Amino acid sequence: MTSPEGGEPRLLVDDLACERGGRLLFQRLSVSLNAGDALIVEGPNGSGKSSLLRIVAGLLAPTAGRISWRGLDTGLEPQPWRREMVFLGHLNAVKRTLTVRENLAFLRCDESPGLRESLNLEGLDHLPAAMLSAGQMRRLALARVAARAGGCWILDEPAANLDADSTVRLNALIAGHRSRGGIAVLSAHALDEAQTVRLGTSP
Amino acid sequence: MTTFGALVRRDLALATRRGGEAALTLVFFVVAVAVFPFGVGPDPDLLARIAAGIIWVTALLASMTSLERLYRADLEDGSLEIMALSAQPLEFQVAAKCLAHWVTSGLPVVVLSPLMAMLLNLDVAAWWVLVVSLAIGTPVLSLVGSIGSALVLGARKSGALIGLIVLPLQIPVLIFGIGAVEAALRGGPAWPPLLIEAAILIAGTPLALWASAVALRMAIE
Repeated sequence: MTSPEGGEPRLLVDDLACERGGRLLFQRLSVSLNAGDALIVEGPNGSGKSSLLRIVAGLLAPTAGRISWRGLDTGLEPQPWRREMVFLGHLNAVKRTLTVRENLAFLRCDESPGLRESLNLEGLDHLPAAMLSAGQMRRLALARVAARAGGCWILDEPAANLDADSTVRLNALIAGHRSRGGIAVLSAHALDEAQTVRLGTSP
Repeated sequence: MTTFGALVRRDLALATRRGGEAALTLVFFVVAVAVFPFGVGPDPDLLARIAAGIIWVTALLASMTSLERLYRADLEDGSLEIMALSAQPLEFQVAAKCLAHWVTSGLPVVVLSPLMAMLLNLDVAAWWVLVVSLAIGTPVLSLVGSIGSALVLGARKSGALIGLIVLPLQIPVLIFGIGAVEAALRGGPAWPPLLIEAAILIAGTPLALWASAVALRMAIE
């Protein structure tokens, strides 16, 4: 194993392959990301974008290959990775019967200064989450991400259901995160100066 | 990110809010026990003899009423993914879920059991044994129920399936729980069956937490 320090990239995806339901979605996928980098995963529906993000996060075991964070294999030693990583999938992990404030409190982000402003969640505190629109629900889910400074954000279609204004706010959050040395891995999103992986190009 | 206490508090808030799921378990327990005298007849001696069995079996069924939603709600809204990716071990969070389930389904049964014992004419001398046996046994019901609840996440209609998986596994704790009360009724020592019950709880807790966590990881793959 190489040491965590030195020239090793922060997040390394090494020779990854994924097979789901007998179908090979991708193989020999390698990416390396350093502080401030972003990776955009592109591809048509069913090309394995979500699977790739779930594998990188650690929810799904890869068919082949490995992922390492600061030089440590995340499959073998997940704890340091999990402490610095935040994953937002298609589901928002919002409890509909709890209020917005209770949801934020549970996700440990009701104290973060400026968080409600940055996601335009002001004035919704006492509303049950079930009353929120799909876009507001997504913004509430993004609050969990935004509250996590540094580390790696893994966002699966983060702008789903967001209006134009909220998408601009999201881009500002991601830019701020990157400027502080954070890494972002996203699917179905457009960003400046980001690496891109295209899946499903050879059907 | 998610601490033990926060998870317990959130689940308790959910159980007391969502149409009073906790209250529903309690009402089921009381009504089901109260129905037995209509079925077996109002003979006080007969009721006194089978009281422990009735209360214990009803407590078992009451704990099952809320099992299906234990993890399914978390799976459906994505909370389970966050739990699995938390820096805290999943077993730890399963323990928090089980504790919240016990507080809303087991604890009320323990508290209300003397009332039910009175209703069924159980000998007053055996009341405390019944309460202690339920206090040790109902956490086992929640823990074993957690395994079943996690295992059936992949199935569409899982209500009856949980029963098939969980009920046979609950038989040992049921036997020793009722056995303690019977021993007290006969005037013998109640502590040997109670100690075996406690042993089941102590040995079963890590096993149930581990098995639930494995089943949950499989469910989100």
